[in-house]
Amino acid sequence: MIKKNKVISVNGLTKMFGDFTAVNQISFEVEQGEIFGFLGANGAGKTTAMKMLIGISTPTSGQAEVAGFDVFTQAEDIKKNIGYMSQKFALYDDLTVKENITFFGGIYGLSRKQIKTKTTTLTEELGLSEVANQLVGSLPLGWKQKLAFSATMLHNPKIVFLDEPTGGVDPITRRQFWEMIYKAAHNGTTIFVTTHYMDEAEYCDRVSIMVNGKIEALDTPKKLKQQFETDTMNDVFLKLARG
Amino acid sequence: MSITVTNISKSYKDVKALNNISFEVEEGELFGLIGPDGAGKTTLFRLLTTLLVADQGTATVAGWDVVNDYKSIRKSVGYMPGRFSLYQDLTVEENLNFFATIFGTTIEENYELIKDIYVQIEPFKNRRAGALSGGMKQKLALSCALIHKPKVLFLDEPTTGVDPVSRKEFWEMLKRLKEKGITILVSTPYMDEAALCDRIALIQEGRILEIDSPQAIVKHYPKPIFNVSGGNMYQLIALLNSYTHRHSVYPFGEFVHYTDQRAEFDPEMLHSYLSENGLANIHIAPTTPTIEDTFMELAR
Repeated sequence: MIKKNKVISVNGLTKMFGDFTAVNQISFEVEQGEIFGFLGANGAGKTTAMKMLIGISTPTSGQAEVAGFDVFTQAEDIKKNIGYMSQKFALYDDLTVKENITFFGGIYGLSRKQIKTKTTTLTEELGLSEVANQLVGSLPLGWKQKLAFSATMLHNPKIVFLDEPTGGVDPITRRQFWEMIYKAAHNGTTIFVTTHYMDEAEYCDRVSIMVNGKIEALDTPKKLKQQFETDTMNDVFLKLARG
Repeated sequence: MSITVTNISKSYKDVKALNNISFEVEEGELFGLIGPDGAGKTTLFRLLTTLLVADQGTATVAGWDVVNDYKSIRKSVGYMPGRFSLYQDLTVEENLNFFATIFGTTIEENYELIKDIYVQIEPFKNRRAGALSGGMKQKLALSCALIHKPKVLFLDEPTTGVDPVSRKEFWEMLKRLKEKGITILVSTPYMDEAALCDRIALIQEGRILEIDSPQAIVKHYPKPIFNVSGGNMYQLIALLNSYTHRHSVYPFGEFVHYTDQRAEFDPEMLHSYLSENGLANIHIAPTTPTIEDTFMELAR
């Protein structure tokens, strides 16, 4: 078996706010092309941990490398090599589909020519050609989410971080979104995803569950279910988080 | 009837948010509006809580007309909007006191009703609402919506973005409120929560797809449905989607839910198709449809 690349390695990573330890010595590794589910209750420390990994929050202590770069000293290099889709903001509602692609392409340093090609291929792939000149704000949420995911992938990042990408999205679009995730992972992009839908946890290659700042479980969904003697990830989650 | 909605329509410019909707909710019923963002759920809540007027149709809440008797309705319903709408700069206790005073009552008078919920946030009663965690905000908002002992409770997506543990606790609270005789209209995009309601309406793009008990809705599913697994998920979905006889292919946790177009479907044929295309460890077994299966079938 070929030894896979570790694209994220985290060792004893900790973040404190005053006396409060938001993230408490977490350690894990993620391989290239893996779909890694990052679960936890509200307030467990997921967002804080993710912010450190994408280079926008400096850890208090520990070590972490993302896409080959150190989170303490090379945060700017990390930002160039990853994609990040937040649950709250992903696209500009007041720009058209085309303008959003151009904007994010520019931010990620793509050339005019590359942007032009990407705009055509993307809008065709997503079936958005007819609405390419419409404001993003006028599109259904599901379309926006798919476009946002594609915008996150414009610069072919090694890793994509998705923070609750499917909250409130209808079940069909939610599945189409996951098909996009599978495709990206199949093509070698690593996916780091948080979700509150426990059926989506089952779609991940491996899942970690954070409780009060610590990673209390980390394995494939199948093994976690065996370990906790339950049939669903929902029950695994309830058992862990309720103690 | 606690809520009646008759032929209600509401448009915003060109967008038909609600398209000729009718349904009724009985007294003491826990009724769920199940549908994705943009289905029209919030518009419906705003109409019933008298914050918005419909273009067409009529509606009553607790026996009062939403247009003519709006003042009476406002006194006797509790509304928890989807967006956190309490005063962030007031403490937990100040918020609760404020809402009690507005409705001419006191915390003590109706403490029994909110006790179960409020005790969980009482240790933080001097904290500003803006500094609470998501789960605690939700409990405070529910306490404030209940403090005047409403006849009908409107909860617009109370569990969106909330983790599974807090969601489960929240639904247990709703059940206890229902036992106290309060009618509850609750919306959610989480299909698994639908099973916890007495009756549900599946709603999409301003139309009601179906209304019934969760058990009955699942029984109406028109086709035999199968769990399929094998190989990796990406390949499995791609192969099933290119199978000529497929009707629907939806990933469900570790399996794919598959239905076939043919009346006489032999799983063995699908098995050979998948193995001829190089998939290993193929399993195909009948399974029971869920609310989510039904929703997707109706929404197709």
